[in-house]
Parts: sequence; C-alpha cells; structure tokens
Amino acid sequence: MPDRLHPAAWWVWALALGTAASRTTNPWLLLLAVAVAGYVVAARRSDEPWAGSYLVFLKFGLAAVGFRLVMHALLGGVEGETVLFSLPEVPLPGWAKGIRLGGPVTAEGVVASLYDGMRLAALLACLGAANALANPKRLLRSMPAALYEVSVAVTVGLTVAPQLVASVKRVWRARELRGDTKRRARTVLVPVLTDALDRSLALAAAMDSRGYGRRGPGSKLAGGLVLAGLLGACFGLYGLLDGTGPAAAGAVVLVLGFGLATAGLVVGGRRVGRTTYRPDRWRAPEFLTVASGLVPAVVMAVFPDGLSPAFAPLALPALPVLPAAGLLVALLPGFVAPAPSRGTK
Amino acid sequence: MILFENVSVTYPEAAAPTISGVDLHVPEGELCLLAGRTGSGKSTLLKCVNGLVPHFTGGELAGRVVIGGRDTRDHPPRELADLVGYVGQDPVAGFVTDHVEDELAYAMESLGLPNTVMRKRVEETIDLLGLADLRGRALAQLSGGQQQRVAIGAALTAHPKVLVLDEPTSALDPGAAEEVLAALHRLVYDLGVTVLLAEHRLERVVQYADRVVLLPSCESGDPGPALATSEVAPPVVRLGTLMNWDPVPVSIRDARRAARGIELPASTPAAAQPATGGRVEVRGAKLRYAGVPALSGVDFTVDSGERVAIMGRNGAGKSSLLWAMQGTGALDSGTISVDGVNTRKAKAGERRKHVGLVPQQPSDLLYLETVAGECAQADRESGAEPGTARGILDRLAPGISGDIHPRDLSEGQRLALVLSIALSARPAVVLLDEPTRGLDYPGKAALAALLRGLEATVLVTTHDVEFVAEYADRVVVLADGEIVADGPAAEVVTASPVFAPQVTKVFPGYLTVEQVAEALR
Repeated sequence: MPDRLHPAAWWVWALALGTAASRTTNPWLLLLAVAVAGYVVAARRSDEPWAGSYLVFLKFGLAAVGFRLVMHALLGGVEGETVLFSLPEVPLPGWAKGIRLGGPVTAEGVVASLYDGMRLAALLACLGAANALANPKRLLRSMPAALYEVSVAVTVGLTVAPQLVASVKRVWRARELRGDTKRRARTVLVPVLTDALDRSLALAAAMDSRGYGRRGPGSKLAGGLVLAGLLGACFGLYGLLDGTGPAAAGAVVLVLGFGLATAGLVVGGRRVGRTTYRPDRWRAPEFLTVASGLVPAVVMAVFPDGLSPAFAPLALPALPVLPAAGLLVALLPGFVAPAPSRGTK
Repeated sequence: MILFENVSVTYPEAAAPTISGVDLHVPEGELCLLAGRTGSGKSTLLKCVNGLVPHFTGGELAGRVVIGGRDTRDHPPRELADLVGYVGQDPVAGFVTDHVEDELAYAMESLGLPNTVMRKRVEETIDLLGLADLRGRALAQLSGGQQQRVAIGAALTAHPKVLVLDEPTSALDPGAAEEVLAALHRLVYDLGVTVLLAEHRLERVVQYADRVVLLPSCESGDPGPALATSEVAPPVVRLGTLMNWDPVPVSIRDARRAARGIELPASTPAAAQPATGGRVEVRGAKLRYAGVPALSGVDFTVDSGERVAIMGRNGAGKSSLLWAMQGTGALDSGTISVDGVNTRKAKAGERRKHVGLVPQQPSDLLYLETVAGECAQADRESGAEPGTARGILDRLAPGISGDIHPRDLSEGQRLALVLSIALSARPAVVLLDEPTRGLDYPGKAALAALLRGLEATVLVTTHDVEFVAEYADRVVVLADGEIVADGPAAEVVTASPVFAPQVTKVFPGYLTVEQVAEALR
C-alpha cells in the first residue's frame, strides 16, 4: 500500500532512539525517550494485531525496573550513607566472600538501580515502538531473497503466535465449563498445542499449495556468508553500543560484517525466482524518519555532559538541554510518516 | 482436466484405505460436487488434486492422478500452483499475509510474475469477486463470507485452470454463502474454470453443479438422480423422491413447478414438549467487545422445556449471548437468571449444574488421552456416580470404544462426547454453540432428535435453517446485538426467504420432509 512507511525505516529509527537511551541514565532523558516513542506509536500505528505491542513492552520495562530494585535490595551493590531500612543479613560461608545477601538498603543504591532499570525499560519501550509500528511480515518481505527460507519460518511463527494467545484464552474459558478453575498447565497445554500444530500445518500446506519454494533452495555458501556476516555485524554493534571499548574497532567490525552479509545475499538471491508485489520504496519520509532517529544518538555521543547523573550525594538531576532537544527531534516521524489507513468495521 | 485412475490412499498407521478405487474424470469447465457422509474421504480426494496427498500429508497413494497433463506423483503442490488453486476448509488458517491485497498477490509472488502482471491481475480479481471495498483492509477484520471470497480470490490470481474448494460455505450464514456461491457461479460460467468442491450443505450448492460424485462408492451422474438414492440428499431431493417426481428436482424452482396443483392438508403443529427444564430470564443484557457492541440490550424469557434456535449473521452476538447465559462469559450490564439463580455469581462448578454449554470448538474441553478417561473425569467434576457420563454417551452415540483418543473421533462423535460431559452434571438448561458444523444430513437429523429428547431446556445457535426446521419450537433472530424477530419456528423461518427451509419454499406451511410424509399418509 502506498500509505505505509517502510518497516525498515521504523526499525532504524527505533533502534537509533534505543541507542540514544542506552547511553544515558538521566531519568528525565529516559522518560522523554519513552514519551517520544509513545507519541509516535499513538500517532502512526496501524490496526494490525501487533500494534498494541508498545504497551506490552512498556509493561515488560516496568517489570524490569521492579526486578532491578528487588535484586538490589537483596544483593546490594551500590553502597551509600542514607540507610532506608535493613533486611536481615544471611551469613554466607567463607568461599562466597564478596557476595552479600540482605543487609542495609541505602537510598543511593535504590536511586542507582532505579536509573539503571529505567534505562532498560526505555530500551524495551523503543523495541516495543518498532514492533508496534513496523509490520514484521512486511519487513520480512523486504528481506533479500537469499534469506527467504528463514523469513518463511519466521512468518509461520508470527502468524501462529498471536493465534496461540487467542486459543489459550479460549481453552481457559472452555475449561470453566467443566467446573475446573484450577489452571493446571497440562489441561490447557494439550488442546492449545494440538491446535497450534494443526494451524502451523494448515498454514504450511496453504503456502505450499500457493507455490512457495518453487525454484529450489539457496546455496550453502550464501547461507554461510550471511551467517558469518551477521555475526560480525552483531559484534560490531555491541562494540559501538558498549561505549567502553574503542568505537573505531566496533565500526570496522560492523562494516566488515555487513559487507560479508551483503555478498552472501547477492550470491543466494540469484537462485530464488520470486517477485515482490508493490515493494516498499525508500522515499523522503523514510529518509527523514531515519535521520530524526539518528539525531539524538549522535547528539548524546557528542555532548555527554549530564548523561550520567551522580547519585551520591542525593540530588535531583538536571535536564541537559542539548540531548533533550535531540530526543525531541525524534518526534518528527509522528508528523512526516504517512498516516495509516484504519479499516472501518 | 482432472483425471483419477484407480486411486487409493492409505494414511500411515491406518488399518484401511481412506479412499479406494476412485476413478474420476472431470472435463474442463465443469463444476463437480463431491458428496458423501462425514469421513467418506472427500477432503482426502480434494487434497489429491494438487498433490497435498501424499506429498504433504504422508501416506501411500496407489493409482494415478493427472491434472492438466501433470502427474501428481512427480509434481509436488508447489509445482502445481499455477494449475490448481486450493482453498481449504478454514480460509483463515491458510492466510499467509495480513492484508487483502497482499494476500491476493502471494501466489503470484511465489510464481515470480513481474510486477505489472501482478498489478493487473489483482485489479481483475478484485472486480471479479467484488472485493473493491475490502482491498486495503486487514484480513482479521473481515466477516466469514468476505474472508472466504478473499481466499478464493487469492487462489485465482495465479490463473489456475482448476479450483478445488473444501466446504466453502459450511461455516457461513445464508447471506454470506450466497455471496460466495454467486462468485463461484461467475467463475464457472464466465471464465470456464474447472471447479471441484465438497460440501455438506448440499441444499446450497447442488443447483449450481453439473455433476455429483458420491463417495465412497464413487458413482457419479446428474445431481438429481445421483442424490436421490443417497443418504446425503438435501431436503428438496428427498421431497422429490417422496413425491415420485421425475426427474428429481435439485432446485426450488424445479420443485415448485413439479408441485403445481398439489394440495396438501393444512399442517398439524408438532406435539408440545413436556415442560421439564430450567426457565431462563435475560433482562437488558449489554456487552461491548473490542469497542463494538456485541449485545445491546437483549430481553427475552425462555420457558421450561422450550427448544430455541438463535439465528443471525456471523458476528451478530449469538455466541456472546450463549456464554453470558452460561455465566462464564462477560456481561457489562443487565441480568441473566436460570430458575431464579444468577449464574454469573455462582462458582464454575455450581454453574454447570444449572447450565451446560457445548462451545463452538468442542475439542477445547478435551485434554485426556482416552474417551474413558474423559468420561471418568466428567463424573468426578460433576460429583456424579461413576459411569454416568459413559452411560449418557452410550445413549447419544452408541458403540464408541473407551480406549480411543478423542482426537480420532468423528465430528459427530466428539460433539456427543462433549455433550455427555456437559449433561453429566444434570443441567436444567443446555446451550450449544454452532453444533452442526461438520455434520452431514443423517448426523444433523440424529442431533435434532437427540436434542428434542433431552429433559432440559435447549438453546442452539446456528446458521442452518434445515436443522432449525427439524429441531426448534421457537426461533430468535439477532442482528447487531438486538433481537429483531422472536416467535414460533414455523412463523419466523417462513417470514423471510433467507431463513426459509427448502420444504417451506415448495409447500408453504410445512417445514420438513417428514411433516409432508405425515400429511400424505
């Protein structure tokens, strides 16, 4: 459809926003990043089944913050002066020296783990935004032909997974008809899994009946090249995101990885005779979206002041102006991306 | 175009072949209808046409299947995709993409057609099947009839010479079924596509068929004579046989012509049911589901022992009403009581002593490995004497072995098992959600008789007007969550041509062939 942004553009935008968020522990900036992602999702999501995934990821994020706080209370880590309360300390044997179980919980420690948890939550929110905005199946369609088998397996999974959730709910409801409200796993698993298996088989049969996989499989050389390339790209990305190692090395590995992967895709793509109906094109809104996502990431890399506020002594962190302005630029797709057509029922 | 030579299919671990000795030749441009009882191998035969049997399902195929000169032995389904379009029983299960237009293009993408050709064919198919309003919509939001038309369209864009359809109208309401059949009719007449289809609801399709093939005997012939001797004849054919009309009519139009001048005495109303069972009161039931009103203020009372059919389009709120009555389903406002008890406030175990519900997919309730295990578990859940559920099952469907896995039961047997589980708690009211899916004519007649014999109030949701004619005293029609018609079955179903059973269309005042036979005696 013409009124859809290229799914890859959404992913680059969201990942760039996530990269920016991962570089800071400033709570204001993190909240701002979550809000920016949330606004764009609210403005531009479609009516497809996964459009609700932003909220799901946000809940995951909140759970991560909670988990981080509980772990801090139990295990400690950051010491401080302001003791809030003390948990009974469990004495550990000598070989477990350095590990503490229980003991005093300090305000400084709580604040530090709160910031840390928030960073993870913001990262998850960005992932959620990408999931909500980009139709994964359309992204897979834009995948190079050599990765076709992989993308088909993922397509089957993506189709069956939401149905699996629906069938769990249905079976649970049906179980109540038997007067059995004890949610024993076995009684639900058997009907749900048989259902899922039947559906996957039906889908695979339908794909086969409609000509999927007609022109023979891709070559092993191509597969190997792609795999090695992608692994390289992952290491490179890690190097860049980590921020502790030399960024240049990360960039080199990343470029090398992408080069290998591209070579593999070109070799493999020659063998698959498949065409794409109305392929997604890369036009001005896509460029603007990607650029607006990269702005905050670049700004935070260049102006690192105030990104990691101190938590001892306790003080309300200040909002660094330039990174905040950079984050606001990422709102752009909320205006320039084509508004999705929502089906009327 | 389609050629079967002495074809037998045996699935792995099966004692006997599913189909055996099938010889079949369908010439180009014919609409051929497969008829036969449940389990007679209709689906298996259809899957042989594009090679899904045996390439996908496994099993052993003896004999030869040749489609347009290609032997399925050497051509797996994907190599036949440009020749055979296959639409399975559940169109949703076969959808690969999320949008109507993408779905229409999928087969062409696999065939590697250039973009210009794809654009042109998608537009043609959209026009042919009347999908213009739906083209940008998400597949999940379409109604059943629309989904079925998209599935057919998706098979057509590859320009197949043969179209294979497995029960294309079984799950649809009468209006949606008409949509699909009109589209099929157009394909056969305008494009000369060869169509092979299987269907339980013969009354809907038989008038379009050039030929009927009966399974398992594999006899074939003109629709009227072929079905006249069959167990699975639609009401109009049974009426023709009863009246000794020659030729046996397959369409209402032919039957009306044959019936000209025949005067039947006024029909006698069926004997009233003994009033045993619960009394259900529904007051101001309202429910919104995903932002759309599913029930918007439903009021009605069901008296003790009534046999009620709830009808209406797919998505009219029938299932929501049933689930709310049972007490497990949600309700935003209003009250529902059974014999004065609010079932929604009762605990799950208590609830089922008042109301039993058989859901649309009966298998959701089953989770044990054997029928005997399920029956014993039902007795424990109901606090009934051991053997109660098994006893009920033996009355409903005699001769089911206790060791068999519930998945291996036929559709009708599985329904009987789930109904036995519900009945083991001796509920005063029994609810069934779309029980006639996948049942053939004898199966539906047996179910109607069974439900009429229950010592409980019975409510059934269904699209099947012929089943309603046999089973119901009273019909409630829902549209957009409101009751639009409510009254004695004979009055409600005869008021609208969409809901009228075939016999009524020929002899107004009569609902079933049995009533006509009674009147002639």
